[in-house]
Amino acid sequence: MAEAVSYTEGELALATGRIKYLEQGSGPPVVVLHHSWGSPGWLPFHDRLAENHRVIVPDMPGWGGSERPAWARDPRDVAIITTRLLSRLELGDVKLVGLGFGGYVAAELATMNPSRLAHLILVGAAGLQPKTGEITDQMMLSHRKYIEESFRDAETYTAYVGDEPPDDIRQLWDLSREMTARLTWKPYMFNRRLEPLLGDLDVPTLIVWGERDKVVPFECAKQFEAAIPNARVEVVAGAGHVVELEEPERLATLVGRA
Amino acid sequence: MFIGHFTERPYQDPKSGYFGATGRNLMDLGMSNASYDPKLGADLYNRYLDERVFAEEMGFDGLMLNEHHSTPFCMGQVMNLEAAILARITSRAKIVLLGNILPIWDDPLFLAEELAEIDMISRGRLVTGWVRGTGRESVAHNAVPPYNWERFQEAHDFIVEAWTKPGPFRWEGEHYHYRYVNPWSRPYQEPHPQIWIPGVMSRNTVAWAAKHRYPYLMLATELQPTLESFQYYDEVAAEEGYEAGTEHRGYLFKVHVDETEELAEEAGRKYVQGPSNPFLEGNQGIVRPFIQNLPGLTQRNNLLPTMRSFAAAASRGRAGQHLKEQKKEAPPSPPKDTYVDQTEKLSIISGTPDTVIPKVRHVLETLRPGTIFFWDGDGAMSHDDQMRSLRLMGSDVIPAVREMADELDLKGPFEIDRADETETAAEEPVEGSGDAASQAAD
Repeated sequence: MAEAVSYTEGELALATGRIKYLEQGSGPPVVVLHHSWGSPGWLPFHDRLAENHRVIVPDMPGWGGSERPAWARDPRDVAIITTRLLSRLELGDVKLVGLGFGGYVAAELATMNPSRLAHLILVGAAGLQPKTGEITDQMMLSHRKYIEESFRDAETYTAYVGDEPPDDIRQLWDLSREMTARLTWKPYMFNRRLEPLLGDLDVPTLIVWGERDKVVPFECAKQFEAAIPNARVEVVAGAGHVVELEEPERLATLVGRA
Repeated sequence: MFIGHFTERPYQDPKSGYFGATGRNLMDLGMSNASYDPKLGADLYNRYLDERVFAEEMGFDGLMLNEHHSTPFCMGQVMNLEAAILARITSRAKIVLLGNILPIWDDPLFLAEELAEIDMISRGRLVTGWVRGTGRESVAHNAVPPYNWERFQEAHDFIVEAWTKPGPFRWEGEHYHYRYVNPWSRPYQEPHPQIWIPGVMSRNTVAWAAKHRYPYLMLATELQPTLESFQYYDEVAAEEGYEAGTEHRGYLFKVHVDETEELAEEAGRKYVQGPSNPFLEGNQGIVRPFIQNLPGLTQRNNLLPTMRSFAAAASRGRAGQHLKEQKKEAPPSPPKDTYVDQTEKLSIISGTPDTVIPKVRHVLETLRPGTIFFWDGDGAMSHDDQMRSLRLMGSDVIPAVREMADELDLKGPFEIDRADETETAAEEPVEGSGDAASQAAD
């Protein structure tokens, strides 16, 4: 039997445009920033977190139901708008979880507004140029191939997405890719001006990486760990880039303990 | 009527294994340049330049160049270089660039300077044309696709200003910034070379061209959708308060003439063999839709009727959608011989002058363009194929087309005084060689 939907949809009007978010639960606030391919909605990972947190899952500006700031040219612009979201919702001691590209935005946000954060959790986060290897370039892959690369294997991808992605999912991926291109076509998925700013970050940071992440090299986990004073790395066995989909329990537990 | 010659200057290398019997995939942006042979490249660049000189001798009014990147079907990566050489080694024909890919220029002042130099060296024979480029150009020179249209428009505005406004001045735009715009070169033509806009299917671009009163050239699209696109141009022109004429309509199409029908078919089939352009009609290459249809490169729901042409749709990455629509309309028919299919719908016209001329007439009557370009010597065609065709163009086809154009009152952009939209006397004939050349300025 399907569980009743218990999350709520919220909307916030900022001068830079409307922000849509999903919310559920009570307790210490957790804000989850989605991947570059957009938020697929309320997930089992969010449910699990909501058991003992107030969980807020925004569509980042320009993604999903949030208005596009046409002037934005850099992930840092999105990070600035996201700090306004935290302020307007009066969130303090936030556990900020960033998934992939959302991790890039979360790291940028932490460098500019750490006072609202209790913990930074970067999951397969982009944002730093890997010293070895390269971040997989979605622009040179079909949507399907790129998302498939995000899972630990093709079978898991099919189990989640099906043989053919439904039209609404395709549309989400397509529009999300456009916003991603607007912000980080070049350099692709990193900012050389980020790493120097991480050195004074006084927010405890947990760096989570799927053992089988094929999108962002594990090298980046080590680089984040080296750059941020109070950081540690957790590797999730068997997971790919989308740890929140493949290992929701494990990731929620790590966030809960942080 | 302005009659021009065009070839994409394909990189023809049967030994590479991409086009010959070894059957390597001809995949767009999927072929390594490790097999590129610069000695062969040297032969081909010189061959294509020689053919252009001969095309001028045979009476063509214009020599059209185009530009693509990281692909074997067009060697014109830096077509401004070819244009500069032609400026010096030809004497009469216009050098028509269709076109420079504005959004991939990070420094359009360089482009303004280069084009002004070409216009001066050619003593005012440059026709400049600007395009937004395909996905492969955005990938190759890494221009952000969602800003392609913004950059196109700003680069256009900037270059026209750099050509026409006395410097020095500052330019602080969205994508381009200069503290000292004062190029020490100016176009030979006043106020600047004519600007023609080539395209395939962006409705935005047609409307933009019509608003600027720039001639719009449809590139090898099928007749009916081409006509509908011209009609859309006319509608926008009417909204802008002027009546568009034949001088605003240009059409590029594949025309090859040969000595016998047998030779014409043999050469004509080469349009669809070897490294012919994979994103227009009838190619053997594999196009990767997600590269042609990069995020934000073109606006969705903003397509011209040319979408009906399967090849154009597939090349832009919408093959699936097109197929779905087609299925609704009619049951699928068995696959056809590509060459025969294209000759039937006049996407390829190849024959002796006797069979070609009536078909060209049909195109002119249907579309009423003031400018046409014959796309020849392409795909796997050899130098000999091209030279036979050029000779017959000069002796038979061009004179016949000029007669037709007079009869149909098809006037090109150089026969109309654009300042007050009235007709002007034909340009002064310039010394050329051969009978055809003397008719070129009619």
